[in-house]
Amino acid sequence: MMNTESRGLVLDENLLFEQSQPGRVGYSLTGLDVPSATPDSRLVREEITDFPELSEVDVVRHYTRLSTWNYGVDSGFYPLGSCTMKYNPKINEAVARLPGFAHIHPQTPEALNQGALELMYNLQQDLGEISGFPAITLQPAAGAQGEFAGMLMIRAWHEANGQKRHKVIIPDTAHGTNPASSALCGYDVITVASDGILSKEAVAAVMDDDVAALMVTNPNTLGLFEADIREICELVHQHGGLVYSDGANLNAMMGISRPGDIGIDVMHFNLHKTFSTPHGGGGPGSGPVGVVDKLIPFLPVPYVVREDNSYKLEYNCPQTIGRLKSFYGHFGILVRAYSYILSMGGEGLKRASELAVLNANYIRARLEGEYDLPNKQRSLHEVVFSEDALQNDCHTLDVAKRLIDYGYHPPTIYFPLVVHGALMIEPTETESKQTLDEFCDALLAIAEESKNNPELLKQAPVRAKVQRLDETAAARKPKLRWERV
Amino acid sequence: MRYLPHTDVDVQQMLDRIGVSEIDTLFSGIPEECRLKRPLDLNGAKSESETLIFLQELAEKNSPASSWDTFLGGGAYNHFIPAVIDHLISRSEFYTAYTPYQPEISQGTLQAIFEFQTLICQLTGMDVANASMYDGASACAEAVLLTVRAARKRKKVLLSQALPPQYRETVATYCRYLDIELADISLQDGVTNQADLQSLLDDQVAAVVVGYPNYFGQIEDLATIAELTHAAGARLVAAVPEPLALALFKSPGEAGADIVVGEGQSFGIPLSYGGPGIGFFAVRKKDMRVLPGRLVGETTDKDGKRGFVLTLATREQHIRREKATSNICSNQGMCILMVSIYLALHGKQGLRQLAEINYAKAAYAKEKIAQLDGFSVTFSGESFNEFVVTCPEPVAALKKRLEQQGLLAGISLGRDYSELEDGLLICVTEQNSRKQIDRLVHALAGGKG
Repeated sequence: MMNTESRGLVLDENLLFEQSQPGRVGYSLTGLDVPSATPDSRLVREEITDFPELSEVDVVRHYTRLSTWNYGVDSGFYPLGSCTMKYNPKINEAVARLPGFAHIHPQTPEALNQGALELMYNLQQDLGEISGFPAITLQPAAGAQGEFAGMLMIRAWHEANGQKRHKVIIPDTAHGTNPASSALCGYDVITVASDGILSKEAVAAVMDDDVAALMVTNPNTLGLFEADIREICELVHQHGGLVYSDGANLNAMMGISRPGDIGIDVMHFNLHKTFSTPHGGGGPGSGPVGVVDKLIPFLPVPYVVREDNSYKLEYNCPQTIGRLKSFYGHFGILVRAYSYILSMGGEGLKRASELAVLNANYIRARLEGEYDLPNKQRSLHEVVFSEDALQNDCHTLDVAKRLIDYGYHPPTIYFPLVVHGALMIEPTETESKQTLDEFCDALLAIAEESKNNPELLKQAPVRAKVQRLDETAAARKPKLRWERV
Repeated sequence: MRYLPHTDVDVQQMLDRIGVSEIDTLFSGIPEECRLKRPLDLNGAKSESETLIFLQELAEKNSPASSWDTFLGGGAYNHFIPAVIDHLISRSEFYTAYTPYQPEISQGTLQAIFEFQTLICQLTGMDVANASMYDGASACAEAVLLTVRAARKRKKVLLSQALPPQYRETVATYCRYLDIELADISLQDGVTNQADLQSLLDDQVAAVVVGYPNYFGQIEDLATIAELTHAAGARLVAAVPEPLALALFKSPGEAGADIVVGEGQSFGIPLSYGGPGIGFFAVRKKDMRVLPGRLVGETTDKDGKRGFVLTLATREQHIRREKATSNICSNQGMCILMVSIYLALHGKQGLRQLAEINYAKAAYAKEKIAQLDGFSVTFSGESFNEFVVTCPEPVAALKKRLEQQGLLAGISLGRDYSELEDGLLICVTEQNSRKQIDRLVHALAGGKG
């Protein structure tokens, strides 16, 4: 297939399958040093139709070109709210690739992998110190699986106490994963309006003895600390419920406030947010969970314990919720997160939180007035504007797309749902004042454009690999794989 | 700190602009009683070289497959990884990006996922694959949830005992509070007992879940199992812990599976102590709209130029919340790349040849061990690169003895299968030379060095 779309150095690239040439190879296998053998021919498949045939050069060039159409934190500022797109340190990548970490088999006897277990144990201890919880499981594969694990433990605890509770209270500012994880545990979700900060009264109005848990995000998705959290936890506990905290926003809190100290019973971490491990175009994440003492018997198995001077995987937990995945967690991600904690130290982590909050407040100060700020309370690591000040029928989507033309990854848009046309900006601590100034200048220029030349917003982006894509058509007639025409 | 760019002057100017005198004021929304009143009790920051040395010392206390003669499988497989993969995934435009929410500046990730979805469909013989799950076990659990959701009234799921134990345990965790009844299908000669399956099937069964290859490396008769399952109106889920087998044996799609899930670690992902790997998830067209996870679809921009977007999002948690098909929010992006690059390099011929090499090496080891006094190959049917042997001495002691000779001989089956107390699961891949296999055989027989 002739490639006709390349213009100058904006290189186009066909699909792997379209470039395939019969007989071309990209591998070199060591010859067989044992007698050849083949299975019963009735069990053997035909060759895989249309599987690609490419040279090594073809493959290298293909993925290199694809990479140039992406925008990552290393390309530039990526203020995606709620996702904590901080810099991903390179030493973390290097240590995760050490043969003693990258090439150890999970079924190797524990005595032969003491270094890996020690690393996991140390990380459990450090996350415990940062969050104030006495026990941590590293097994959950991502934040959403951490939520699931936490809610399972809550349900298992209630049932161990002979209680069948059916409801979970979740504020309207929550991530969609919170209600979805609760539903996976068989719970009915009660949504409460929060008006920015969740009030004790709002919780009291729906709290009863059928509520298993309250699920909060603190700081919440508006970047606000839940100021009544202590009293709210007490209220929930008085009714026999537990409190889950979504730790997505821990980056505002390290060394400043610990969930385990203020009444939270269980919380997940997102190592790919707070602890600098790469987001990888969607994953792999890692979602360790911290719990208070009374939930320890329900932790997923296995987890790492120290006995005498050695480390082992503990499986003997009669009340465990079970296993969430194969093996012990996303170990390669745990290595990166631990490397980050070692590099930052306790003081460095606190400084990171302080600067993350400073950066978000600086953006707020520079844009407030030009962009509408619905919640005026003191905000922490992120700031959420609405689209209400935009003119000439320009919307948040248009601002986001226009930011691409200015060379930025857009913020999170249309979340949280409680803000009209939300534009959710989280700069993180790894961005300099100069970067923030340039970004704010761009957003201010876009606000001007919306007044004087709104077409610039409506047509954007014009400087990306593709223009706005037809998402409606994609969903109406889904084409989810390549097929030979 | 080298990741924090703020100079004192920057901080002061920023505070001035905000209109506060110190950073602490910015935290005034946090009540005093919620504050930590002491420094975190963590070590001080290490320099880059100190961090490296510290972690190297930990890494050196481990036993990588590269420095042992390793015959371990059981859901994680020691295959060669071409150098190309690490070079390409280290392009930071890939690994420092997030989920491709803004398609105009994420076409690299989106096209790579679209290609991954296609490769998985081709390999499994299915119509539609998603952008991946956490791993094979959790994908298997999500498949079970899908079948119960799609079958509406049916609440029973039958799990073959030859499904990997970690898959069965994960399924049990996911189903714990969801009013789904799980039942085991017993074993017969290392595969799913068809008579038992038939007796368990009724109009309450939503799905039958079978390993392919199964935990013992055996190739199940999927076509017959599919017939039995479909006759009872249920879906067949094939769970594939070692997908290299699909380059040699009939695809689950061809055999009649309705859903194919599995673990992609074999395709270019480092063992990394068991994670991260990648779960793949493929279905027939009829189940496209009840799939869990992200999906990438092809579309055009307003100039008619081809492009790719996340699609069918109304299934997902950020739109449907408690009514979503799953709570999953991520895909295994980096691992998608590793798998796709691996499959693109090996291609149609290479993957088949590699599978044949694995098969032949395992067949050689199987034959040699079967000739040893006191040892026998436990099951009679076809297996891929893994098989079970019955040992004449306690397996724990045997393994310890071989460890002392630098051999990681296999996995004891006694913990998960009481009837296989003497069973050792041995895995042989292209990484094991004939010399290594001969050494294993010699050592099993009691020989030294």
